[in-house]
Amino acid sequence: MRIAKDLVAASATPLVLGILAEGESYGYAILKQINDLSGGRLEWTEGLLYPLLHRLERLGHVESSWQSPPEGRRRKYYRITEQGRAELAEQRRQWDTVVDALRGVWNSTPTMTPLWETGH
Amino acid sequence: MTVESDNDSDLERQIAAWRAYMQRRPELHDDDAAELEDHLRERIGDLIEAGLHADEAFLIAVKRMGSLDELSREFAREHSERLWKQLVLPGDAGTPAAARTRREVPMMVLFAVLAAIGIKIPDAFDAAENFYVTNLSLFALVPLAGYFIWRRRAGLRLAGIVAALFAVGAVGANAFRLADDSFSITLTAIHLPIALWLVVGLAYTGGDWRSSRLRMDFIRFTGEWAIYFVLICLGGGVLIAFTAGTFNAIGLHPSHFIEHWMVPCGGIAAVVVAAWLVEAKQSVIENMAPVLTRVFTPLFAVTLLAFLVAAIWTNNGIDVDRDALILFNLLLVVVLGLLLYAISSRDLTAKPGVFDRLQLGLVVCALLIDMLVLAAITGRITGFGFTPNKSAALGENLILLTNLAWSAWLFVGFLRGRMPFGRLESWQTRYLAVYFAWSWVVVLIFPPLFDFA
Repeated sequence: MRIAKDLVAASATPLVLGILAEGESYGYAILKQINDLSGGRLEWTEGLLYPLLHRLERLGHVESSWQSPPEGRRRKYYRITEQGRAELAEQRRQWDTVVDALRGVWNSTPTMTPLWETGH
Repeated sequence: MTVESDNDSDLERQIAAWRAYMQRRPELHDDDAAELEDHLRERIGDLIEAGLHADEAFLIAVKRMGSLDELSREFAREHSERLWKQLVLPGDAGTPAAARTRREVPMMVLFAVLAAIGIKIPDAFDAAENFYVTNLSLFALVPLAGYFIWRRRAGLRLAGIVAALFAVGAVGANAFRLADDSFSITLTAIHLPIALWLVVGLAYTGGDWRSSRLRMDFIRFTGEWAIYFVLICLGGGVLIAFTAGTFNAIGLHPSHFIEHWMVPCGGIAAVVVAAWLVEAKQSVIENMAPVLTRVFTPLFAVTLLAFLVAAIWTNNGIDVDRDALILFNLLLVVVLGLLLYAISSRDLTAKPGVFDRLQLGLVVCALLIDMLVLAAITGRITGFGFTPNKSAALGENLILLTNLAWSAWLFVGFLRGRMPFGRLESWQTRYLAVYFAWSWVVVLIFPPLFDFA
């Protein structure tokens, strides 16, 4: 199953903010975490992730810093700001509404399985 | 040597190559490159842990990152400002500023202020009316040459040579005590700036004036400087308009201040500021002169061709008074400028193209027109007599004609594939010496030669 591009793009910001709300992280780790959370079904590219992180930083939702551990490479860490948390809460409210509405629709529609797969 | 370390250095080399490739993208800054490299290494590490060889891991990791074009496009969408090359001044936050580059701006300001003070010194001694006519270029270009001597860290020897040449220029401007209405004073006023500008070129090259590359750089610098100077002057005009307008509104009339302080000091300081701007933006912003050349070469070619056709069709002789000769001299200068700045931005190894043919057409048209002018003038030149003005105008015409004729010849050779384009460039850069010699001859030899007429 491939998830449509629009849906991936729409869910990108709350996903990143949500992951960063648990603690600071860096690009590769965020990507891996999203992969794990979606069971590998959400395919994010670097071209999606890094420009998004930079945009969130420009908007003030996250802030970044370069850190270099004693032995190891320099790495750019991102952490969520207060404004980012507020944004996350707002996005969450919106998503909850959408999900509730969708659930209502799913429940009133008896079956979503196409006819040719039901064996008739 | 173990296989392990061999693999490692191999991987490092591949990553370095990948990174170098990425850094050529204007959309990706160093920081982004570092961030993406970290990402790549992390993934390679994971893949190796999963049992892949280093080179396999590298290939897969790069492949997963997607095409660089696509990646750059995504970055550009977020960072569109990066596609507009910005002038980063030395000392700005985020640039690795060495001590010297941080001194760059204060030194430029110092030289500009010195220039502004210098232009007002003769006023203190009640200088004669025509003093500035001949000496203006000295006041404008001495600080500029000084600035370049400082910038290039030129030795005392070069500083001495440049100073000596400026001293000779000062003698040429003042020793002959030319009358206000003499031809010679006009000639000096026109030719001394050219002579001194080429002395500035000496300082610009840092003394390595034999180098063809550096001479070409000076030609590029000249074009850009002229454009920046004009832009600064336009800005100055706006500033003057507002100064006059706002002070007039409160009943004060600053016209004396504007005329005697703002215009001369600002103008003379702009000479240094424009030079500094050209140096600072060199690699940042596209050169403007070649762009203008591209726009105007076809237009001038068409105009000259139309003129040529009209002159032959109507069989109207060219009215050759003195002004006509000067007008056609200027035309040759423009054509030469178009040629020079096309050369200055050309990839020397590129194959002949349509634009080169157009350029050749332009030069040939200019040559034919000049032949018509010269043919018309030779019958009457003896009737005019040899005044300094006519001699200078005729001499310049011959110098430009020679340059363009030989350029056309080299151009034909290049278009036929018999000569490399570099020949044309080195011809132009070597020809600078001719302008240098001629302008000094006009300044130093012409006045005594023509009895200070």
